[in-house]
Amino acid sequence: MSIFTIFITALVTENVILTKFLGICSFLGTSNKEKNAIGMGISVTFVVLVSTILTYLINKYILIPTNSTYLQTITFILVIACFVQITELVIKRYFKSLYKSLGIYLPLITTNCAVLGIILTNIRSDYNFIESIFNALGSSLGFVLVLYIFALLRDRIEKNNIIKSFKGIPIALITAGIMALIFGRLV
Amino acid sequence: MKKVLNYLFKENPVFVLVLGICSVLAVTTTFEKSYMMGIVVLIILVISNFLVSLIRKIVSEEIRIPVYIIIISTLVTLIEIILNKYSKPLYDAFGIYLPLIVVNCIILGRALAFASKNKVFDSIKDGFKSGIGYLIAISIIGFLRELFGNGTITIMNDISSITGYREIIHVFNNSVIPNKLFLTSGGAFILLGILIGIINGRRGEV
Repeated sequence: MSIFTIFITALVTENVILTKFLGICSFLGTSNKEKNAIGMGISVTFVVLVSTILTYLINKYILIPTNSTYLQTITFILVIACFVQITELVIKRYFKSLYKSLGIYLPLITTNCAVLGIILTNIRSDYNFIESIFNALGSSLGFVLVLYIFALLRDRIEKNNIIKSFKGIPIALITAGIMALIFGRLV
Repeated sequence: MKKVLNYLFKENPVFVLVLGICSVLAVTTTFEKSYMMGIVVLIILVISNFLVSLIRKIVSEEIRIPVYIIIISTLVTLIEIILNKYSKPLYDAFGIYLPLIVVNCIILGRALAFASKNKVFDSIKDGFKSGIGYLIAISIIGFLRELFGNGTITIMNDISSITGYREIIHVFNNSVIPNKLFLTSGGAFILLGILIGIINGRRGEV
């Protein structure tokens, strides 16, 4: 597969949220404001990119030579956890207003399945270094894209007259389902 | 019976709290995969609650989350090794969603909210309760998705190398009902949305 194909596939047809169901917690949680969606998306992209590079190197030069690939899950989650901590510190120090609005969602990136999921996909599909980076970039941009579109949609959905029991999460899931059907047919 | 229904409607981690729905949506294309995922999560939840509660007095507030994540990922790694050895088809069918149990919100959530503050026996009970709720929810969704998407119900197929028993029930086979929509990701979202909506509406009555 060419790099471009990998990128587009990760961005649209194999979208992390809509096809692989990763990162739905933050998808349902943060995305009622466009600004939060972008903030969350950028933090996720940053964490995904850096931890992709780190895990690729760790996997290739430490885990595979020492024949301990069974440690992948633990190693990767530790790398992500450390990196999220650092990102949180940076945002807290330099982007106060963003920190206020994202609030509790930042620590949740550690347990955001999207990050670990993208990294595991890279390793399991045997992507080389460049392919891994493009897959990580495409996937996390796809995450931002869907988060942003959904924030816009949700704004309008909430103004409409919906059956009471379907308000909030149920209608959000149904909307996501329709988006998933559309995204799956785009290419 | 009323108590069970009450629990299913009012406290279910999936339908009411909407936690850990990544795996609920991803692996539920067959009934077997769904309940196996439920069982795996149940086992990990009980053991991790037990361990977390056991060490709750040694672990300080600041390092709680990393310690719990290491405990959970160790358990997940053990399950991965066991499944890889004894049931390769199931291991392959789960794919990346098996290691992703590490970031299942229910497990870390119960560890932080309950097991880190309560006695060992109560924590095991709590883990069991949440795990059963998850197992029931994921089984229901898997059952419906396979039934309407493929017209079959797989009781046992991937794990038959361990149990020596294989059973796939064919239910529908006409041109309308097995609709591939339910097997796509969009169908999963819509089905879960409708189920949660219905349960929301029913909650007042039970």
